[in-house]
Amino acid sequence: MSSVTALNGATSNGIINVADAGLMGMITLRGDLASAGMAKAVKAATGAVMPAMRQITTGKSGAAAWMSSDELLLMVDYADADVAVAKISKSLGAAHHLAVNVSDARAVFNLSGDQIRDVLAKGSPADMSNDAFPIGEVRRTRIGQLAVAFWFTDAQNAKLVCFRSVGGHIMRWLENASEIGSEVGFH
Amino acid sequence: MSTRLATGGRLINRARSVEFSFDGKRLSGYEGDTLASALLANGETLVGRSFKYHRPRGIIASGPEEPNALVGTGEGGTFEPNQRATTTEVFNGLTAQSQNAWPSLAFDIGGVNRIMSRVFPAGFYYKTFMYPRFAWKHVFEPFIRKAAGLGAAPTGKDVDKYEYFYAHVDVLIVGGGTAGLAAALEAGRSGAKVLVLEQTNTWGGRAPVDGVEINGVSAEDWTTDAVSELSNMDNVTLRTRTMGAGVYDHGWATGYERLTDHAPEIGGPRHRLWRIRAKRIVTMTGAIERPLSFAGNDVPGVMLAGAVRDYATNYGTSCGDVMVVATNNDDAYRTAIAQVQAGLSVAAILDARASADGALVAQAREMGIRVETGAAISKVKGSKFVTGVAICAQAGEGTPTEEIKCDVVAMSGGWSPIVHLWSHCGGKLNWDADQAMFRPDPARPPLGDDGKGFVIVGGTANGYLDAASAMKDAIAQGRKAAKEAGHKPAAAKAVKAVSVAESAIEPIWQMPQGMSTKLQTKTFLDYQNDVKVSDVRLAAREGYESVEHTKRYTTLGMATDQGKLSNINGLAILADSLNAEIPQVGTTTFRPPYHPISMGAIAGDARGDLFKPIRKTPMHEWIENNGGFFEPVADWRRPYCYQAEGESVKDAVNREIINTRTNVGLLDASTLGKIIVKGPDAGKFLDMMYTNMMSTLKVGRCRYGLMCTENGFLFDDGVVARLDDETFLCHTTSGGSDRIHAWMEEWLQTEWWDWKVYTANVTEQYAQIAVVGPNARKVLEKLGSMDVSAEALPFMAFKEGEIGGIKARPFRISFSGELSYEIAVPASDGQAFWDMCMEAGAEFGIQPYGTECLHVMRAEKGFIMIGDETDGTVIPQDLNMQWALSKKKDDYLGKRAQQRSHMADPSRWKLVGLKTVTPSDVIPDGAYATDGTIRDNGVKHMIGRVTSTYYSPTLDRGIAMGLVEFGPDRMGEIIDFPTLDGKMIKAEICDPVFLDPEGERQNV
Repeated sequence: MSSVTALNGATSNGIINVADAGLMGMITLRGDLASAGMAKAVKAATGAVMPAMRQITTGKSGAAAWMSSDELLLMVDYADADVAVAKISKSLGAAHHLAVNVSDARAVFNLSGDQIRDVLAKGSPADMSNDAFPIGEVRRTRIGQLAVAFWFTDAQNAKLVCFRSVGGHIMRWLENASEIGSEVGFH
Repeated sequence: MSTRLATGGRLINRARSVEFSFDGKRLSGYEGDTLASALLANGETLVGRSFKYHRPRGIIASGPEEPNALVGTGEGGTFEPNQRATTTEVFNGLTAQSQNAWPSLAFDIGGVNRIMSRVFPAGFYYKTFMYPRFAWKHVFEPFIRKAAGLGAAPTGKDVDKYEYFYAHVDVLIVGGGTAGLAAALEAGRSGAKVLVLEQTNTWGGRAPVDGVEINGVSAEDWTTDAVSELSNMDNVTLRTRTMGAGVYDHGWATGYERLTDHAPEIGGPRHRLWRIRAKRIVTMTGAIERPLSFAGNDVPGVMLAGAVRDYATNYGTSCGDVMVVATNNDDAYRTAIAQVQAGLSVAAILDARASADGALVAQAREMGIRVETGAAISKVKGSKFVTGVAICAQAGEGTPTEEIKCDVVAMSGGWSPIVHLWSHCGGKLNWDADQAMFRPDPARPPLGDDGKGFVIVGGTANGYLDAASAMKDAIAQGRKAAKEAGHKPAAAKAVKAVSVAESAIEPIWQMPQGMSTKLQTKTFLDYQNDVKVSDVRLAAREGYESVEHTKRYTTLGMATDQGKLSNINGLAILADSLNAEIPQVGTTTFRPPYHPISMGAIAGDARGDLFKPIRKTPMHEWIENNGGFFEPVADWRRPYCYQAEGESVKDAVNREIINTRTNVGLLDASTLGKIIVKGPDAGKFLDMMYTNMMSTLKVGRCRYGLMCTENGFLFDDGVVARLDDETFLCHTTSGGSDRIHAWMEEWLQTEWWDWKVYTANVTEQYAQIAVVGPNARKVLEKLGSMDVSAEALPFMAFKEGEIGGIKARPFRISFSGELSYEIAVPASDGQAFWDMCMEAGAEFGIQPYGTECLHVMRAEKGFIMIGDETDGTVIPQDLNMQWALSKKKDDYLGKRAQQRSHMADPSRWKLVGLKTVTPSDVIPDGAYATDGTIRDNGVKHMIGRVTSTYYSPTLDRGIAMGLVEFGPDRMGEIIDFPTLDGKMIKAEICDPVFLDPEGERQNV
């Protein structure tokens, strides 16, 4: 297939490693997060349970991240996004909701290393400590001047999502912030 | 003369010497030296010229309060002016230049101002440069500009890197002296997350210099143990070379970390600006010594007594062989004792107090030091360096009784707690008359969102000048901070600090008490801005009563040191002049930062290619590689045109227009905003957002709509497509996507919160590619897999499916008047689709076109452009767009406003087309139409203005649109557009649709 990411395979290696995470299926899902129907739809699309505030949950075929009191970001395989949207809409039926494929509107980064929290804290005002931001939570925040979301998948690995049009800027930002010699040693 | 002592210096490493230069002179110091200590060790007592009178000045202090020793450091891309020698660590290769002197430091022409100082009194500029008015621009301002400013601005681009760091902690402790460390131990042991900032490279503060003992060991040893214990706590972070710069609301503080100033070779960012959120901020910032106000107190060699002691103890450097001490307190005796212990001599201690009987006084006397009580300095002898002092009685007017030879004067007017950080957010101060100082009032702290104080002050900064009570207070405040941050302090361990007891200070604000006016003019309060006792007294005589006004009138405390040494002395003189008590006069406002921080640190990483994020479409790189001449469109960059090799921008635009109208053109329209609006109430919602009816739009069809603000002004437009019964896709302008999405959400969340509507901004999900021109259909048919015929996909319809194997949603909409398809494909497939179009279109003459071609083509068709035809004051009625204002709807945003009398006024300027009478003329952008009459105020009467104006290659003539008074009623009339070069362009009012009014070209 001819589909390309905004980052086009870019990587950088410094005090953390940064890499294009490739194409990822993403769905914006808005609706009544407290409803049983919504939980069922999320489960049907991703296998994940409904995430509580600030949480990200994972299932067999994807993940669900809490974005706001009426919005989730669902993650599935890139090729499955449209199918997942259809599945959600079918599952929710007449219940008021919005499910839309936004897979191509984003750039996704894999971050790895033991200084991810320090590097992100150079641009995000969120509390990056392990206590305040443990694995299993997601932060919808900013890096420098741009909106991003990120979460840890394990102690050494995190994913970061930003808008596609500024993927190049965020790549440069991460490369700059992870330059060797700029270690902070706080977290 | 100052010099290096044979032994001593707890902070220097005599095994490692470093080479540096000062004003081109090669000098050497030791690792651990500050530039100030190294200069003193080299006998360089003259380090700068003062700002106003260009008086010779020397080092006076040993910390950030230093007003005189400002130097420019580095060269070219690393040059930075106004660096304090006292806070600059020396390293191999450091270059420093003195400032404010020409042609040289020793011989300075500006020094003529000194001789003329009688004509530069307080308020000189205000008084002198008022009249005649014309002289301001041509005489006074150039003169002042040349004379003003400290140091030189860098000319090269800063080569260093800077960054921010956001930190969240329970307790932030500012100050790594023994008090800060003791508080950190208490907070740290409680389990609280603690960050300790120390501005210098060394822990322990002044206690080691002052011979304090803690728990039976020296302050230095205790500090080593404390730092070691703290370093082993996971919940504690220690940072040296990091100054607590500012305290702001909501527990927000900034720290200024200087990472490589002392060692540029180590690389990485030079400065890091810490942006800290803390539950409690503890300021353990110590105190600053005050100078004494006596004549000649600015002669190089007159120094703060504590600083003289610092240089001896910390850097093994003597500030002079023969010292005179002038004091009003016991602490300065420590300096005299240290001088004698270093094998040097003290000619006299001039103690302004009537009697002195403390333990330190007794010790000095026992050591054989001459102590004169009730004594003062009448005048310091010497100009470029101290040669002696004339002494007098403190009680008198200054008649000298004796002259004492010396080469250093150590003065102490007492100590002022550093209350800056406490005060930044409104912490209040009390005047402590016994100790002659302002100290924090713990009952009136700066308040946080919970109504409780979020800044806690302790130790010397809290007004406890003796080691024992400072330590006791520090521990109590550290425990308090931990507790208020939600942690339980551990069982207290006794920490006992001991220092020699001191007898009471006596406030001395000028020396001698009744100093003559002549002496006042030589007695400096603010060294950096050359403000003297006589200036403050003059200001008071001229009616300045408020300390804030006096400050601005005299410039007292307005220099880069923000009056760290001068403010208290200045306001005491003001109070005395006004016969008021010091607390009645009050202090000036303390504002962050505590001490200047670099512009680089404030900018952080937002410079160079990270200065401003640029949004890029999926085809951006292709456009860049194919002649794209970019222009900014909101945060995007879009190609204005595509230049072929050797082609001018103008030629490229004309070529693109002709080619698109003749063959087929390709436009990257991805920047258009795309917002999904879904829900049972989506139609009802859009009927409110748009002026026209959207709820009646059929699924599969598109409708152009206008959006107004609630004041009726047109502020966005675009095509709405109905995807299904409950779902609409709203296109916005390129600059409007985020704004319109936020606008929709605001109405949904605040006014119509019970309407069942969700929105999502999907602008970046799609690459939108317009295939435009007579051959457009042929290109898409060649790509195949979708029927795009006029029957299958009529004008103002859209379809979903695949084109050329790529998921696509073509809209039959046209902004050019040509047969046109705007095709939305997944952004990840945008480049592939673009490539396919270019390849398939080659045989049909396809060429990409840019935004200017788009603009000209829409103007030829009379289509408006938000931002050209609108400017925030234009309503749809002005643009003759009544057809887009639904009469069937009860309401829409802006409807009521448009009924107001001024909005309904028939004389509002209205949109018309304009054809230049001479076809080759093009009306300049922004031109106004005049009717030949002159208004009362002498300007030409204007009856309209141009909103869009172009050369149309299609029609080979100048065309324009404009807003003209009664324009639509004046078809065929010729009106005048004067141009800036004095010419007049004549244009005929016409219909704004210049091309194909029937729409035959697009509807095929």
